[in-house]
Amino acid sequence: MNSGDTAWMLVSCALVLLMTPALALFYGGMVRRKNVLSTLTLSYIFMALIGVQWLLYGYSLAFGTDIGGLIGGLNFAGFNGVDALPNDDYSKTIPHSLFAAFQMMFAVITPALITGAFVERVNFKSFLLFSLLWATLVYDPLCHWVWGQGGWLKQLGVLDFAGGTVVHIAAGFSALAFALVIGPRKGYGKAPMEPHSIPLTVLGAGLLWVGWFGFNAGSALAANGVAVNALLTTNTSAATAGLVWMMLSWLDGRPSTLGIATGMVVGLAAVTPASGFVTPLAAMVIGAVAAPLSYYTMRFRDRRKLDESLDVWACHGIASSWGTIATGLFATVAVNSDGANGLFFGNPKQIGIQLLAVAVTMIFSFVVTYVVAKLLDWSIGLRVTAIEEEVGLDISSHGERSYS
Amino acid sequence: MLIFYFGDFAMLKKIEAIIREDKVNDVKDALMDIGIVGLNIFEIRGHGRQGGIRLVGRAGTYQVDMLPKIQVNIILSEHNMEETIQTIRKAACTGEPGDGLIFVYPVEEVIRIRTGERGQDAVMYPGDIDEKRGRGKAKDS
Repeated sequence: MNSGDTAWMLVSCALVLLMTPALALFYGGMVRRKNVLSTLTLSYIFMALIGVQWLLYGYSLAFGTDIGGLIGGLNFAGFNGVDALPNDDYSKTIPHSLFAAFQMMFAVITPALITGAFVERVNFKSFLLFSLLWATLVYDPLCHWVWGQGGWLKQLGVLDFAGGTVVHIAAGFSALAFALVIGPRKGYGKAPMEPHSIPLTVLGAGLLWVGWFGFNAGSALAANGVAVNALLTTNTSAATAGLVWMMLSWLDGRPSTLGIATGMVVGLAAVTPASGFVTPLAAMVIGAVAAPLSYYTMRFRDRRKLDESLDVWACHGIASSWGTIATGLFATVAVNSDGANGLFFGNPKQIGIQLLAVAVTMIFSFVVTYVVAKLLDWSIGLRVTAIEEEVGLDISSHGERSYS
Repeated sequence: MLIFYFGDFAMLKKIEAIIREDKVNDVKDALMDIGIVGLNIFEIRGHGRQGGIRLVGRAGTYQVDMLPKIQVNIILSEHNMEETIQTIRKAACTGEPGDGLIFVYPVEEVIRIRTGERGQDAVMYPGDIDEKRGRGKAKDS
């Protein structure tokens, strides 16, 4: 047990928890004023919902004793046996319960990311049911495959430092699937749907950046050089992507505030899988490439009139797919001796493993989400009524309004 | 020009001027100068011939056709109407599309809630346009 590591991981837990309210603000600023509380709640609720699910069985499905490389057993259900002692598989220098708590924060924010796809029209009851099913059927198994002891992708040697696959690709492609099932907002493409408060979004992006230090540097699970490197790569990628996005926006007119904030978040999502395996200079390349990839994906989505409303797919799915592949290019054991070398350091095999993990995550999360969403749509319906949508979800779903 | 003063029989009018947001202070000051004391303003959105503007979004730009404008409402006696209209025009005009419009409506009756005054008496203020031009004085000061 190492008290320095434990102290850092306690702080990291708090930092990653902060990302969920930060995401709520990030999304909340981009919707119309009649749907602000609804959008905030779609994110906030996960601190409560997954806070309970993870303790009851989520952690155990992800990190319990391996069953066939596919899922964890129920031996850690109710945090049974998740105690204050180190665990040989997951946390050699910190309490097992602290590792489980840190992982809980990841499980909380991941489904919150998806909510950007269906804001301003989702039925709250169907959303709650979907979220619980998604956490159980998509997040927990995927988390086991990539990070759980005995998980099949982990055994193949996939490198995903802080959740490029488990968190961002899964959320991005699930968002795409859900948006296809629920359909566009009423009047989408005809009336402009202006963000009601870009200041809220900028504040959210700033707090996300702060929290991301816990997310990525905390994923070292120790207060050591790998953590510091992860913090630096995280910062570098966000900074570079923010700058590049500013240029792209400028080329199309003016350097947009919303665009710069978005670019920063894209840089953060892109570097997440790579952060503990690559150098800060490589992170600059990752951020610089992620920005145009996401930018033009957004333009493409918009042209196709697909209302994946807040671009979870473009920002998280696409950026982190690139980041996970780039990990297979730039990873070096000089940064992290527990990692592996990538293509540029003489290990072409790694790029194949990374590509496989990306493809598997895309397909698995997209298909399961599509099926679950379709079933819910057929049975209880995913959308609010047309009148409720017109009035706005703040009043029609929650009986409150943001600004009196 | 000879102005006839009909006392309590003067017609009341409502002027509704749609102007640019950035002209609101110029118009207010110009009206103050000629003695138009009482007015209300509203923040509104709309468009006429000017159309809209393009704003920059997350990736690329989009068109917004409802632009913020200011609506100024004034209730006054008919004999003050033309001078007020010309004052607003002069202060609000830039010569570009989007300067706005002025509408004039007849007003049935005006009642000041505190005193119960009606008609022209209810729209007179100390130091207003009528007092300045010697056409009467607000009873209440």
